[in-house]
Amino acid sequence: MPKSQITQTRMEANQKEIAQVSRRKFLGFAGAATGLIVVASSCNKNDSPTGSTGTADVDLGSGDFGILNYAYALEQLEAAFYTKVIDSPYSGIPAQELAMLTDIRDHEIAHREFFKTVLADKAIGDLEFKWTGIDFASRDSVLATAKAFEDLGVAAYNGAGRLIVMADYLVVAGQIVSVEARHAAYIRDIISNGTFADDTVVDAMGLDGSKKPLEVLEIASNYIVTTIDASNLPTY
Amino acid sequence: MNINHILNEMNKVDADLYDRIDTRRSALRDFANMSGKVALAAVPIAFGSLFKKAYAGTTGVADAAEILNYALTLEYLEAEFYSMALLSPNLIPAGAASQAIQTISKHETAHVNFLISAIGAVGGTPVDKPTFDFSAGNGTGEGPFKTVFSDFGLFLSVAQTFEDTGVRAYKGRAAELVGAGAYLTAALQIHSVEARHAAHIRQMRKNYGSGVGNVKPWITGNMSGINTPLVQPSYNGEDNTTIAGVPIVNINGFSISADAASESFDEPLSPADVLAIIDGFIV
Repeated sequence: MPKSQITQTRMEANQKEIAQVSRRKFLGFAGAATGLIVVASSCNKNDSPTGSTGTADVDLGSGDFGILNYAYALEQLEAAFYTKVIDSPYSGIPAQELAMLTDIRDHEIAHREFFKTVLADKAIGDLEFKWTGIDFASRDSVLATAKAFEDLGVAAYNGAGRLIVMADYLVVAGQIVSVEARHAAYIRDIISNGTFADDTVVDAMGLDGSKKPLEVLEIASNYIVTTIDASNLPTY
Repeated sequence: MNINHILNEMNKVDADLYDRIDTRRSALRDFANMSGKVALAAVPIAFGSLFKKAYAGTTGVADAAEILNYALTLEYLEAEFYSMALLSPNLIPAGAASQAIQTISKHETAHVNFLISAIGAVGGTPVDKPTFDFSAGNGTGEGPFKTVFSDFGLFLSVAQTFEDTGVRAYKGRAAELVGAGAYLTAALQIHSVEARHAAHIRQMRKNYGSGVGNVKPWITGNMSGINTPLVQPSYNGEDNTTIAGVPIVNINGFSISADAASESFDEPLSPADVLAIIDGFIV
C-alpha cells in the first residue's frame, strides 16, 4: 500500500477522535489555563449550539492528529515570522545572512505545508499573528526573536515526541526537530559566535530543552491572535 | 571491528540474546561461518539484520538497554574523538575554535555519563568503551584519516561526519522508542544537541577551509562538502524530498526547491548503515 494511502487510512481512523470535541471539557480546561485561551474576544461563538470548539477559534484535537496540529500551529508561526523577515529584511543585512534566513524561511514553509497536507481536512485553519515588540528593521530584534522561536521549537518537539503513538509520525518529528536545532545553532552563532549550544539551552547532562505543549503554547500565544484550544491534546 | 567480540559483549549485556535467537541458532552458526568468508565491509550489515531479527517483535527493558547501549557506543566514539583532539598539540586554533570544541567535548562526555546512568536505571549493563582508531584503519593507525589529529581541516571533516551521522543514528532508532516516555525524551534531547554541534562544525568548516563548497549548517541534497568519497555513506539518502508520502518540492504551490526540500528534513540511518560507517574506527 502506498504511503499516502496508509496516511489516509490513519486519518480516517483518527477522525472520530478528532470530532469528539467536548465543550464541557474545554470549559473545565479554560478555568485552569486562562492564559492560553483568550475567551472574551470570541464569546459570540457560544451562541451557536453546533459550535464544536467552545469559545476558542481553533481546537487542535486529540491523539496524534492533535500533536500534528500543535506542530502545524508552531510551524505556521515560524513560517509567518521568517516570511515577514525576508519580505523586508533589516537594513544592511549581509548577503550570506539573507541567504541563510531565506533558507530557513523555505524550511519552515516546507514544514508548515507538510503538516497541512498530512492533516488534510483535520488541519486547523490559518492562524493570525501579532508581532508585538518585534522591530523588523532591527537586526538585534529579529535575531533575538528568531533565537527564541528556534529554541522554543526544539523544546516543543523534544517535549511532544513521547506523546506520539504512530512511529512514522515520531520519525518525521525527529526529521524536523534536528533541522530546527540546526537553525537555532546558526541563529545563535550569528548573534554571538560559539553560543550554538551554550549553557542557557543545554544542561549539565548535555541535554537540550524539552517543554510540554501547554508550556510552549503559553509562550507562543504572545504572538498568536487566534485562540487555541489545546485541552484535548494527550498529556504526561 | 571484531564481530564476535561485539556479539559476546551484546550477550553479556543481554543474557537473553542467545535465547531470543535460539530458534535461529543455525542462522547464527551460518553467520559465524559466513563472516570469515565475506568482505569485512559487508559484515556489519549482516550483523545488523541478524540483530534486528533477534529482537523483532519484542519490547521492554532489554530493548531499551540495547538501544541506549547503541547510543552509548556512538557517544563513546565522539567523546574520545574530541578528548584526543583537545590533547593534540597545534591542532585546534586557540580562541573561538578551541572554545567550541571544548563545548562539544563537554557535551559528548556528559552524554556518555548520562547514558551509562540511564542503562543502569533500566536494569541493563553498559557496554565497555571500544578501542578506537580515528585513522579509520581498524587498529593499524594507518587508515585514510591518519592525520586527523594534526590536520585541522581533516579533523573538522571527520567531526562533521560524526555529528551528522549521530543525528541520523538517533533518528534511526526513534520508531523503537514509541511509548518509552522519559527515555524517548532524553534521546530526543541528546539528538538535538548533536544537531546543534553539526551546524556549528559546518560553519567552522565554511569559515576555515577552502574546497568545502557551499556547506551550510543544514544538509543540502546528499552533499557532504567533504573532498573524499569515504564519508559519502553518511550522506546517502539525505537528498530525499518525499516525507511520509508527501512530496515537498513546490508543495502546495510554494516555491520550494529540491535543495530546500532536502534541507528541511534530516533523514534517519539504520543501525546496519551506522555500524558500517563506524566500522573502520573501531578496533
